[in-house]
Amino acid sequence: MSKERIKIAPEFFDIMPPEYQDLVTRATYGNESRGWKDIGTSKELIEEHSLCAGCPESMAFRYILASLPNPEDTVMVGSTGCTSLVFPHVAVHNIHSLFGNQNAVASGLKRALTVRFPGRIKDVVVLAGDGATVDIGLDMTLQAWFRQEKFTTICFDNELYANTGGQESGLMQKGFVAKMAPVGKTFEKVRLPEIARESGCHYVVNCTVSKPSLVEKVIKNAVYVAREIGPTYLQLYTPCILEIGKNSMEGLQEMRDSEKPTERFAYKEYISEPAKQLLAEIAAKEKERKAAAKQLTSQEA
Amino acid sequence: MTNQYRVLPGPEHFLPPAAASMGIRLPNPGEAHIHGVIVPEEQALEEAARQFLMAKVPTIFPGPLVLWAWNEKAAKKATAIRHLYETIKECVTPQQQAMLIPMPDYRPKYPKINPEVEINPNHPNLTIWHNKIDCCMFVGVHCHQANLSLKIIRGGTSCYTIAMCAQAGHEDAMLSFRDASAEKIMRLAEWVRKLKGTVKVSQVVSKSGASN
Repeated sequence: MSKERIKIAPEFFDIMPPEYQDLVTRATYGNESRGWKDIGTSKELIEEHSLCAGCPESMAFRYILASLPNPEDTVMVGSTGCTSLVFPHVAVHNIHSLFGNQNAVASGLKRALTVRFPGRIKDVVVLAGDGATVDIGLDMTLQAWFRQEKFTTICFDNELYANTGGQESGLMQKGFVAKMAPVGKTFEKVRLPEIARESGCHYVVNCTVSKPSLVEKVIKNAVYVAREIGPTYLQLYTPCILEIGKNSMEGLQEMRDSEKPTERFAYKEYISEPAKQLLAEIAAKEKERKAAAKQLTSQEA
Repeated sequence: MTNQYRVLPGPEHFLPPAAASMGIRLPNPGEAHIHGVIVPEEQALEEAARQFLMAKVPTIFPGPLVLWAWNEKAAKKATAIRHLYETIKECVTPQQQAMLIPMPDYRPKYPKINPEVEINPNHPNLTIWHNKIDCCMFVGVHCHQANLSLKIIRGGTSCYTIAMCAQAGHEDAMLSFRDASAEKIMRLAEWVRKLKGTVKVSQVVSKSGASN
């Protein structure tokens, strides 16, 4: 569907800056099987980013934008934090909300889109840091889940307030000393995935972004479940290498170390019964689609 | 009270007042304004054509509402705008350089925009200074972004601004049409053709770098 709507007027194609020409000719809008493997062969929906060199959040952004199943009909809602520095470079509709209000804004947006475009799938995805999700915006986060709002909440968990110099956040691990939290965290990391499950989220995952195929899978699942059933929540570890004293090359290893079975970002998943059923149906359809495509290819050959 | 304020080429000063706050009002259908004075539309079409032909670097800035073919009306306007640009190019002397520079979207661009190939509403002066644009027309730009840009341009450059607005017009442009349509843009092109050879190119160069 999508590329029919995202096109440059032919009279102006020659004067458009090349990144826009690339977007309409080489991006993966409308490609049902789009995913992280398109990175490097297609135009990405993120142009440049203003994050630090080697920042795992930039990896997460690229994987997420490559994995959204319906980017041309998706609106992302962001909040204050490192993530908000990236949104101006993203070719997906997005709203920057007041700090912490992201889930309230997304609730209204999703409802309005449902009324305004009854025949069209419109996905809403909240993407905010741990300060916005768990501290300042916890009320809005939880109330949206209680109300069973049909959108996905993604928390980029870097375990502190990174772009303001390293203050303590609710998702910081106990005992951690940050530049602007010299005493060290005195209480445990808030267990938001468990809270999300108890608050009515139908699909909850806690993981790192070290494996792009895994990020793709959980993003797609979260969006599909939110579309049909109810709220979903992903907590992705995107460590701030500057604030934990690592250099640019060490972000990936930090994530690998933190996802070991006994660590705080060991893969954790909760799926409600209706969501399990939905995902099974989607998997079956996908299998059928791939088989049909394979058959078609072999016939053509 | 007589309104003395006129919307004239700048640089006015760092923060020019919104023309509306100085008593400039928008035209009614069938009218336009020149420097804040309401005039019949035909007179404004003639004046806009004259300004294009007088300028050393007459430029059209098409915005997202016409750059993207999102409906039939937009597609028709795109054709008309390209025709206007080609007409201006054809009608100016070899010393003049007509330009067509897009404003593809409104995002602040980091680390910087390329002023040779695009204009951004948050710092339109960069594109105007870089290309020494002395007359420009906004078309297909959402009103709030056009207002912002027109004020910045009036504040910091000597560029003559024309707004081909699809709504009620812009007080902050030096010349503004309202209810823009493909037909109106074609009429402007006709006026450019009609005045070809009758207008002398401006020689004045202002302190801001753009001539006027």
